[in-house]
Amino acid sequence: MDAYRRRKVIDVGARAACVAATLLAVVPLVSVLAYVVVRGAAGLSWSFFTALPQPVGEAGGGVANAILGSLQLVGIACVLGVPVGVLAGIYLAEYGRGRFATAVRYAADVMSGIPSIAVGIFVYTLLVLSMRHFSALAGGVALAVLMLPTVTRTTEELLKLVPDSLREAGLALGVPRWRVVLKVVLRTGAPGIATGIMLAVARAAGETAPLLFTAFNNRFWSASLVEPIASLPVQIFTYAVSPYEEWHRQAWAAALVLVVLVLLMNAGARVLTRARGRSR
Amino acid sequence: MMAVEASREAAPTPGSAGDTARSAEARAAATAPAVKMQTEALRAWFGAHEVLKAVSLSIPERRVTAVIGPSGCGKSTFIRCLNRMHEVVPGARSAGAVLLDGVDIFERGVDPVLVRRRVGMVFQRANPFPAMSIADNVLAGLRLNGVRPRHPEEVVERALAQAALWDEVKDILSRSGASLSGGQQQRLCIARTLALEPEVVLMDEPCSALDPIATARIEELIHELKDRYTIVIVTHNMQQAARVSDFTAFFYIGELVEHGETDALFTRPQKARTEDYITGRFG
Ligand SMILES: Nc1ncnc2c1ncn2[C@@H]1O[C@H](COP(=O)(O)OP(=O)(O)OP(=O)(O)O)[C@@H](O)[C@H]1O
Ligand SMILES: [Mg+2]
Repeated sequence: MDAYRRRKVIDVGARAACVAATLLAVVPLVSVLAYVVVRGAAGLSWSFFTALPQPVGEAGGGVANAILGSLQLVGIACVLGVPVGVLAGIYLAEYGRGRFATAVRYAADVMSGIPSIAVGIFVYTLLVLSMRHFSALAGGVALAVLMLPTVTRTTEELLKLVPDSLREAGLALGVPRWRVVLKVVLRTGAPGIATGIMLAVARAAGETAPLLFTAFNNRFWSASLVEPIASLPVQIFTYAVSPYEEWHRQAWAAALVLVVLVLLMNAGARVLTRARGRSR
Repeated sequence: MMAVEASREAAPTPGSAGDTARSAEARAAATAPAVKMQTEALRAWFGAHEVLKAVSLSIPERRVTAVIGPSGCGKSTFIRCLNRMHEVVPGARSAGAVLLDGVDIFERGVDPVLVRRRVGMVFQRANPFPAMSIADNVLAGLRLNGVRPRHPEEVVERALAQAALWDEVKDILSRSGASLSGGQQQRLCIARTLALEPEVVLMDEPCSALDPIATARIEELIHELKDRYTIVIVTHNMQQAARVSDFTAFFYIGELVEHGETDALFTRPQKARTEDYITGRFG
């Protein structure tokens, strides 16, 4: 009886500790979100989403160009990074044996740990210095490099989850190997890969450091690959470090917009994952 | 047994025999089926492990050949060599010849993809494509090969009906292939193979996950298919082998112990091992 009571006490104690730790982990997350919402909501208005930034001292203005710019940068990053990442993942999962594949895998793992500012400097040296000015392309390349390892490894992992029996089924139907990989293996893993890409995109969308010296910033709209372009994170940074009250307000509002954007992407990824769960 | 042997030995000695022999030969040719596939000293390995030891077996056209033998004796490996699926496994290799209509499928310049289109296969474990609907699973072989059937619904219905699955799935054709029961999945895989209309159908224990009713349907199906296809079926079920097959091959630890007409093999086995196995006196 005594042992039983002791076990009960330990059980309750351990559970309480778990709950406390969970709360502790959630508190900062919730408070950051709440703080951003409270501070940011005040600065939101219709014109915030439609207008260009105003010069210092003039009231109003918005971050419309930065929102679009962020989407453009992420778009460029996807166009460059996703095909390369997915193809590299396919190579590692379907064909990659031996030293070279091990090296690629290792490189991808190391790359995902590289600080984003280092990637920024790399692209700065590679593209900005050689082109002699900041550009949307340089920003997109920097984000693509950041996405690459995640996309590659997610693709590889998900394709490896596809059972070999499906590959054999395809081959036994007289389908060439590359077609089996494309139409059977990739298709089976596609929802999961899409989730991985979404998460990589969401992460890239919030990056500031590598954009500071690649895409830089722009007070106006830009549709050019070779001109500097505005983005939400850089705009937030610029406003936040400025001494102006009005700009601080706008920095909070822009932060809220960015957080919502990223949350939407995460939610999109979850919906995709769930869709996969249903079809199984 | 005799029929197969006759047609095999007939080839190298045409005209060399006397009149009586020639007429016997002609009679044999009239009744004996042509040889669709033939293995010559076929050997197979997984790494250093030799799984098949010089197996020579002929598979007559438009007949059912059953492959029997204890678990692990190389039955699956043998039929996987017949459509070059064995070499897909990393570290697996084979030697010897497998003739399909007289041409060695291992010869240089023979595309395994084309061999597999002619020699279809139903696997031991059902493997429908989970990301495709039931209908798309049936059409997968055609579509993945770039063929767009003019009336896909007809192809789907015909193949599913042949596989005795149509009545069960006709209202849920757009559901995922993985949503079916194990036995239904196996029949879906049979339908998928039949939709391609191969010349030879290899079946690796197609009934091991099926109830007696579905099993009876598959056996019926095999009877029907015999008119058009050459069939090789691996089975652990002696009664099934006796019911569906015309010829039976008995494997034991990688060796072909005995093969011949099913009736003869089951009633008058030539080797003691075969007798032990088919009478269930086996360790
Ligand atoms: N992928 C593999 N890698 C290594 N060895 C294998 C592999 N598959 C089979 N083997 C070996 O090859 C031998 C023959 O296997 P096979 O699958 O052909 O037997 P089987 O007669 O089909 O058996 P069962 O009736 O259980 O299906 C076995 O000894 C097995 O251990
Ligand atoms: Mg087997």
